[in-house]
Amino acid sequence: MKFASFTLAIMTSALALASPSMAENYAFDIKGQHAFIDFRIKHLGYSWLLGRFDKFNGNFSFDDKNPAASKVKVDIDVASLNSNHAERDKHLRGPDFLDVGKFPTATFESTEVKSSGDGKAQIIGQLTLHGVTKPVTIDAERIGGGADPWGGFRQGFTGKTKITLADFGITKDLGPASKEVELTFNLEGVKQ
Amino acid sequence: MVIKDTPTGYGLISRWLHWGMALAIFVVFGIGVWMVGLDYQSPYYRLGPDIHRSAGILLLIVLGFRLLWRAFNTKPVGTELTAFERAGSRLVHWSFYVLLAVIMVSGYFISSADGQPVAVFDWFSIPAVTKQQGLADSAGFVHRWLAYGTMALALAHSVAALKHHFSNKDQIMRRMWNGPPTTKKQAS
Repeated sequence: MKFASFTLAIMTSALALASPSMAENYAFDIKGQHAFIDFRIKHLGYSWLLGRFDKFNGNFSFDDKNPAASKVKVDIDVASLNSNHAERDKHLRGPDFLDVGKFPTATFESTEVKSSGDGKAQIIGQLTLHGVTKPVTIDAERIGGGADPWGGFRQGFTGKTKITLADFGITKDLGPASKEVELTFNLEGVKQ
Repeated sequence: MVIKDTPTGYGLISRWLHWGMALAIFVVFGIGVWMVGLDYQSPYYRLGPDIHRSAGILLLIVLGFRLLWRAFNTKPVGTELTAFERAGSRLVHWSFYVLLAVIMVSGYFISSADGQPVAVFDWFSIPAVTKQQGLADSAGFVHRWLAYGTMALALAHSVAALKHHFSNKDQIMRRMWNGPPTTKKQAS
């Protein structure tokens, strides 16, 4: 027994030594809710309408020595949409828009990360929304990372992308100023 | 003019409540079906729901009054009906009351699910009693299907009333339209 754990310890440290800059895995801080996915769309071209998704989850891998090797995956419970107006939220969840009965989950999975240095990157990936999968590019920036006061280790990012509703099969006409939606991700991950 | 109900027919108040509410309910139902299909640019996109909500709340208040009025009135007897018909009509009448109450309360929950009050025209508003994520959807499901159910029941109710009037040629429908027959001649 002792011998086995000793061998394991040796192997683990050998592995750690062999790959000093291996990407580490992080899970979104959902428990403490240091993670936000917001959207905004223009109302008539006169103002911004803001909303968010209350329920989602995901994880990423990150290595500050090699940011281009990073990966991220997000799963959004679309029905958790919240724009602070019950009737509108009901309408947005319904068949005119997101049709959450048929398409309960939206996902984003990165396929490529193009780092431009100074903590910025373009995250290219596949966004599945309303049953349609399309490539999107998220302009991302690392806000910071390091040890937290409770013995954990965290990394935090912000990212933004813009999608055209019709590209994802959402064709209800909201007027010429409201064809695109901006999605903003503010995500903090805790090292696993 | 007979205000209250008598054993032979419905008084003025009950008849006005019956026909007035029936008309209002058909109109509000029609607005409901129509408004959910409106384009965002339609001039009625906001007005339709405003009228639907306001009229619904007012109808709920009137329904409360109607049940009170019914409780304080004698019920016309239906001697021309069989026991089965009497039980059937009683079931239909009470189903209407329950359905309407649930439809209107669920409608209120759709609009107030995020804790916002429901405005009745520019007149007054009913505060929210709860704030629950997802309540608008479940309330909406109940609201929609019970409304269709009520319309089906209204059809059955109308067919039954017309059958009594034109086929049985009895007083069942007349007592809701004309009220109790005037008995002054016999009395004097």
